[in-house]
Amino acid sequence: MSESVIITNELTKRFSNFTAVDAISFEVKKGEIFGFLGANGAGKTTAMRMLCGLSIPTSGRASVAGFDVYKQTEDIKRSIGYMSQKFSLYEDLTVKENMQFYGGIYGMSNKAIKQKTDYVLNTLHLENEAKKLVRSLPLGWKQKLAFSVAIFHEPSIVFLDEPTGGVDPVTRREFWNLIYEAAENGITIFVTTHYMDEAEYCNRVSIMVDGKIEALDSPTRLKQIFEAESMGEVFLKLARKAVRSE
Amino acid sequence: MKQFISFVKKEFYHIGRDRRTLFILLVMPIVQIIIFGFALTNEVKNSSIAVLDQANDVGTRSIIAELDASNYFTVQKNLNSYKEVESEFKKGKIKMVIVFPQNFATDIKHFNKAQIQFITDASDPNLANTMNSYASNIIMDYQNRINQDLKLPYRIKTEYRMLYNAQLKGAYSFVPGVMSMVLMLICTMMTAITIVKEKELGTMEVMLVSPVQPLKIVIAKAVPYLLLSTINITTILLLSVFVLDVPINGSIILLVSEAILFTLTSLALGLLISTVTDSQQTAMFISLTGMFLPTVMLSGFMFPIENMPLPLQIISNIVPAKWFYFIVKSVMIKGVGLASVWRETLILVAMTGFFLLLSIKKFKIRLA
Amino acid sequence: MKAVLAENLVKRYGDKRSHTEALKEVSFEVKQGELFGIIGPDGAGKTSLFRILTTLLLPDGGNATVDGYDVVKDFKSIRKRVGYMPGRFSLYQDLSVAENLEFFATIFETSIEENYELIKDIYSQIEPFKDRKAGKLSGGMKQKLALSCALIHRPSVLFLDEPTTGVDAVSRMEFWDMLQGLKKQGITILVSTPYMDEASLCDRVALIQTGNILSINSPENIISNFGRSLVAVRSNKMFDLLKDLKYFEGTEDVYAFGEYHHLVLKNSSSLAEVKEFLSARHFDSEATMVTPGIEDCFIALMKSS
Repeated sequence: MSESVIITNELTKRFSNFTAVDAISFEVKKGEIFGFLGANGAGKTTAMRMLCGLSIPTSGRASVAGFDVYKQTEDIKRSIGYMSQKFSLYEDLTVKENMQFYGGIYGMSNKAIKQKTDYVLNTLHLENEAKKLVRSLPLGWKQKLAFSVAIFHEPSIVFLDEPTGGVDPVTRREFWNLIYEAAENGITIFVTTHYMDEAEYCNRVSIMVDGKIEALDSPTRLKQIFEAESMGEVFLKLARKAVRSE
Repeated sequence: MKQFISFVKKEFYHIGRDRRTLFILLVMPIVQIIIFGFALTNEVKNSSIAVLDQANDVGTRSIIAELDASNYFTVQKNLNSYKEVESEFKKGKIKMVIVFPQNFATDIKHFNKAQIQFITDASDPNLANTMNSYASNIIMDYQNRINQDLKLPYRIKTEYRMLYNAQLKGAYSFVPGVMSMVLMLICTMMTAITIVKEKELGTMEVMLVSPVQPLKIVIAKAVPYLLLSTINITTILLLSVFVLDVPINGSIILLVSEAILFTLTSLALGLLISTVTDSQQTAMFISLTGMFLPTVMLSGFMFPIENMPLPLQIISNIVPAKWFYFIVKSVMIKGVGLASVWRETLILVAMTGFFLLLSIKKFKIRLA
Repeated sequence: MKAVLAENLVKRYGDKRSHTEALKEVSFEVKQGELFGIIGPDGAGKTSLFRILTTLLLPDGGNATVDGYDVVKDFKSIRKRVGYMPGRFSLYQDLSVAENLEFFATIFETSIEENYELIKDIYSQIEPFKDRKAGKLSGGMKQKLALSCALIHRPSVLFLDEPTTGVDAVSRMEFWDMLQGLKKQGITILVSTPYMDEASLCDRVALIQTGNILSINSPENIISNFGRSLVAVRSNKMFDLLKDLKYFEGTEDVYAFGEYHHLVLKNSSSLAEVKEFLSARHFDSEATMVTPGIEDCFIALMKSS
């Protein structure tokens, strides 16, 4: 836990006269689970897009996995994984085909793909489902599978955009176990969520309000600072100050 | 009734706020008419031709002069033998060669008839066809003029003469064609898409869980497109008359009523498509391949139906545009009345009724 | 008369060979004026249930009534008296706020003025933006508009399918405040949600998972029926702690729960035993008895079924 894999400095994104992300500065350490919270419209998605190399910042500096977000977006894309609640897997492909596809687009060798596929199927206990269409799996399994696919090519950072929305409480916890395991293996986790209890599972949490980072610390420290019982309370105290919405 | 009016009002809002689509819908017919009118016509203007005049007498020379004087042809070359014909064609500039036989004058004198041969470069068959008929016409005119002074008329053999389109304008066939295409596109595709859009957005779900009758929803969707189509019919007719000089020979009222009838047919088809599809993509795909293509290919507007193989000729009967195309051609160009097109009109009425009944029957009052 | 009565509702999707049962003989009843929550994850069958009750789907078995009307036979009467807000935003994005509301008022054969009292508290918050296109509203404002439209005809039963999904914590709180206000006006409300913490805001809830109802009761009773001791544990090494607690012999179940782990004890075990077990490897840990929440109950019910 020493080297920083994400470094942002006064990172800003403006759309004509609207500043979606307003000079945010933070660092995320290797292997850290970093919670990225904020109300709808606070600028989370825009910030995340810039870090994933999908959107060029208006000003400020940032590097992800050592690559510059202005010039080296292609290198960034190669070294990160991404998973969102809405889209992650192809529903009309089988479990195995999805893994082969993702391995292929990240240029993994056939041998590596095969080994990794077997490993994932084994750890998720999906051996019997390998040839089933993803569509036919229950939502919880899909989400776990999607996460495994997002870290299939062993990226240094994985971005998770509300990965557990609508998932049942048991599967949600199984999902977080996968996250912990990945973090122990040195993968940095950058996660957004609407479940405040999940904010507690993060090593550090940042809370965005109106495009700015209003708070950034470990859940325990944040609760002390804001004299709150839970992260939910911290969030409400901060988010209520928001002027703008979506 | 108030429900219905507020529905129609909402549809106008939707259309009015999607400026780009509205623009396309209103401008498309204008662009199409202009493209077809000026760019894609088979019209022949000062085409280069050659003559192989083996007779070289007064008669043949005046015919050649006649051809050269017309706007359609320019006589570029006098050939000396048949052999040269092909090499001229290969060079590509000469599109047609007119061959007069050696004994042209004697034939006329002794047998009162003579032959002229047209050899045409048929690599563009439409063009070749047009050139043939133009040349025949010119010779025919010449012959008629000469015959006025003679007691014993002589005959130069020609292939045919164009009826109803003496000036040989291409516009005559595509004005009805564009009309059916545009109406099909706007009414069928747009109606189908707007209904399916509500399904996709989830608003149909809310509409169904309301006291409004589903039929009203659907009919309200059709009203604005009926109006839009009327505007388009007007534009097309105005453009035809004032820009392309295609006259309306028959009754305008009959023509417009037939166009509105066809609009209704297309709307009914659009409704039918919307009841059996759930995504805008599918609706668009069905409208384009299932409706629009047959309209273009099988209505007789691009390709004459008589020249098609029998199975296609039979299939063409279920294409509404075929009947509409016939009606418009008859009313607008031949200038006939309802008495001559009542059969086709009845077919369209029957088709409309059938599509409407079917879509009402198929309309789902629930989600699945 | 019950506001909603469902008896052995079954819904299947797919053909005969391979079908999934979205609802497996679901039965429950909702009293007049009640705020009833259907709580469960995605794929539990919430939407199918709502669609059957709002006459959008036909059940494959069982029957149901809303306000005494049969959902199959009397669908027209039901459509006149219920309000429905589907899961996704389903208003006309290219129509303004006022135009949307006016349109819905007309199709329900009423006017905004007639029922303004009912929606006043909600609509007044978005009224300043009434000329803005619905598509340009923020998530929270869209929701308020959708709710106003669903209420415009003063429905006797209001169905809200996952109104708070994907909505941030602040807007969720506001939304529940609005529902409490509506309840006071005597409207029966059925609301579904995947967020367990929202259960405590309902009068009664049905916990639902893969087409089965796990439990129906008031939130308080569900919690008091938990029936076992629950210990909240934490230390500096949470992930190790979780792994270690799995080997504690008094553990019936253990799972992460916010900043703590929740440890469900076997009846034979006690807090003292937990502390003793922890003293060996996690000397900095703390363990206290806590009252279970709905989420604890849901996990327990899920695992026992």
